[in-house]
Amino acid sequence: MKLLEYQAKELLASLGIQIPHGRVAHTPDEAAAACAELGPVAIKAQVPVGGRGKAGGIKLAKTPDEARAAAQQIIGMDIKGFKVPLVYCETALEIEREIYLGFTVDRDARANILMLSSQGGMEIEQVAEESPGSIARLYPNPWRGPLDFELTQLVYDAGLGELARPISSLIKKLYRAIPDLDAVTAEINPLVITKKGEVVAGDAKLEIDENAAWRHKDLEQRFGAVIEGDPFEVEAKKRGLTYVSLDGEIGIVGNGAGLCMSTLDLVQRAGGKAANFCDIGGGAKAEVVENALAVILMNPRVKGVLINVFGGITRGDEVAKGIVIARDRLQMKLPLVVRLSGTREEEGRAILRQHGIEPGVSAWEAAQKIVGLTRAPAVR
Amino acid sequence: MSILLDAATRVIVQGITGREGTFHTEQMLEVGTKVVGGTSPGKGGTTHLGLPVFNTVAEAVRATDANASGIFVPPPFAPDAIMEAAANGLELIVCITEGIPIQDMIQVKDFLRGYPKARLLGANCPGLITPGVAKIGIIPQRITSPGHVGLVSRSGTLTYEVGSALTAAGMGQSTIVGIGGDPVLGLTFRDVVEMFEQDPQTTHLVVIGEIGGSDEERAAELLARGSRLKTVAFISGRTAPEGKRMGHAGAIISGNRGTAKSKEEAFKAAGVAVAETTDDIVGLLRSA
Repeated sequence: MKLLEYQAKELLASLGIQIPHGRVAHTPDEAAAACAELGPVAIKAQVPVGGRGKAGGIKLAKTPDEARAAAQQIIGMDIKGFKVPLVYCETALEIEREIYLGFTVDRDARANILMLSSQGGMEIEQVAEESPGSIARLYPNPWRGPLDFELTQLVYDAGLGELARPISSLIKKLYRAIPDLDAVTAEINPLVITKKGEVVAGDAKLEIDENAAWRHKDLEQRFGAVIEGDPFEVEAKKRGLTYVSLDGEIGIVGNGAGLCMSTLDLVQRAGGKAANFCDIGGGAKAEVVENALAVILMNPRVKGVLINVFGGITRGDEVAKGIVIARDRLQMKLPLVVRLSGTREEEGRAILRQHGIEPGVSAWEAAQKIVGLTRAPAVR
Repeated sequence: MSILLDAATRVIVQGITGREGTFHTEQMLEVGTKVVGGTSPGKGGTTHLGLPVFNTVAEAVRATDANASGIFVPPPFAPDAIMEAAANGLELIVCITEGIPIQDMIQVKDFLRGYPKARLLGANCPGLITPGVAKIGIIPQRITSPGHVGLVSRSGTLTYEVGSALTAAGMGQSTIVGIGGDPVLGLTFRDVVEMFEQDPQTTHLVVIGEIGGSDEERAAELLARGSRLKTVAFISGRTAPEGKRMGHAGAIISGNRGTAKSKEEAFKAAGVAVAETTDDIVGLLRSA
């Protein structure tokens, strides 16, 4: 779960990290009220994706009227597919210097990596590419976390020795997000040293491991509902499906992430574009297929559906029956091509044909078929 | 011959009395796997599927001399089950469980450094099968046949798909290994490729990778140093949308690695044929 900035900051504050004063505003009037209370503020779009500054999602406001106007513009704006549900109004900091601090999972090392750089700010990726040595790194022991001397070394490695104490202590607090929150990525960029010498989180990114949601039901309840993602993805999540929205016109259902991805590749190779895909996992029970098809068909852009299922443990004839039942229950009229393979595939294909569903022998042939069928005008 | 698993491997199933554990233990026995028992805390002393059930792995190992394990327990208990298996000297630990928190797996990986003999496959993987001989996990035996092709894959269903195509084409397999798709896992492509390289029965190799991480690139680096295996690689996810990124941390550590392009280029540079679709794999393997 990728948290919004204000949510991440709330959590950082609960770990003892200092954050600027701020107020959440759902409406322009609330933004004006926040400015009246806090003085000059930055009005910041709350979306779980990077690049909002460049997309016009951050504006400065000196007066309540300016804050109202800025919030008017930003709320409801679309940033990389996310509709902005609310803004965060935050007092501006008097910045002395900006530092980068973050941790994430280094897949190759199978470990968490802590990173610290004296060159914080938006250009950190460029810094990483041009002078990787300027980013100090530490792989803390996952059982006991970073030790004091390791952190001291990290801070000196980053050239921030004069701030060794306050930064080490802050990193220790941030690291609590791993054992306490199951964070897989946390980033404070910039970490601001103010003119008064305070260390404050200027921005915050926090991602919580979905696999650990059962340990943090409170977080989902507190924050989950606010993030307005794609409405179809939200619906799919409610139904317990793995679903991704894309921008083409062909719906894809497959079992297994690898098979879904290779089906996307084939549809694109055949000249089509996927509207979405739904991974129904191993097996292919009728009710799961029906659920997946129902979500796929909610998207009005979908002009046809390709189902690519490999029946391993589940037999092909059972999968075919499930697909027929699902189509009939949903009264689906759009073109449907099913590529069914694996155990008892011939029996499965025969069942599909009897019920007027076009079977594809290979995934490639099926991809070409659905692309051909969706080029003709569709009747829903 | 084969890698990792043969007729002599003595297997216990952790979570043998559960629904999944029961079903797949039956399947494993059907292949001929030497399953010698299982664990289920509180049910020690009983039998299940005609096999002895123990409370702990230590008790199971003492009584059965097991040297491998298949784990079918839910995510909250799987990390401990893996460590229990390693601490009791099991050399092959196959964890099928899907949905283990990443931070738990990072701790498990660190724990395993103290048990260099223990080799973990997965988690969140379909397991492995030496066709006609033995399997640990959930790969359907019907799609396999004994032979000389080594198959290693991150994806479950693509493994079945390619295994099935190889079998239909009369190209049997020495061992099929599903390493799993989680970001933090046990055996890597490189580890498994190295084992196939050492296995005299294996003459051909199929590597099925996907976007993310750089395990495929590392296996390609190994193959580039010279290999006797005739190898075909396939990468899924060429057209998958980029994840919606929030912070920079991921980009700082991974740079340009991890894309389908980077992986395909790494294999091509190693002289490995790269299949455009899974349908092309059999043909390329024939002409390799």
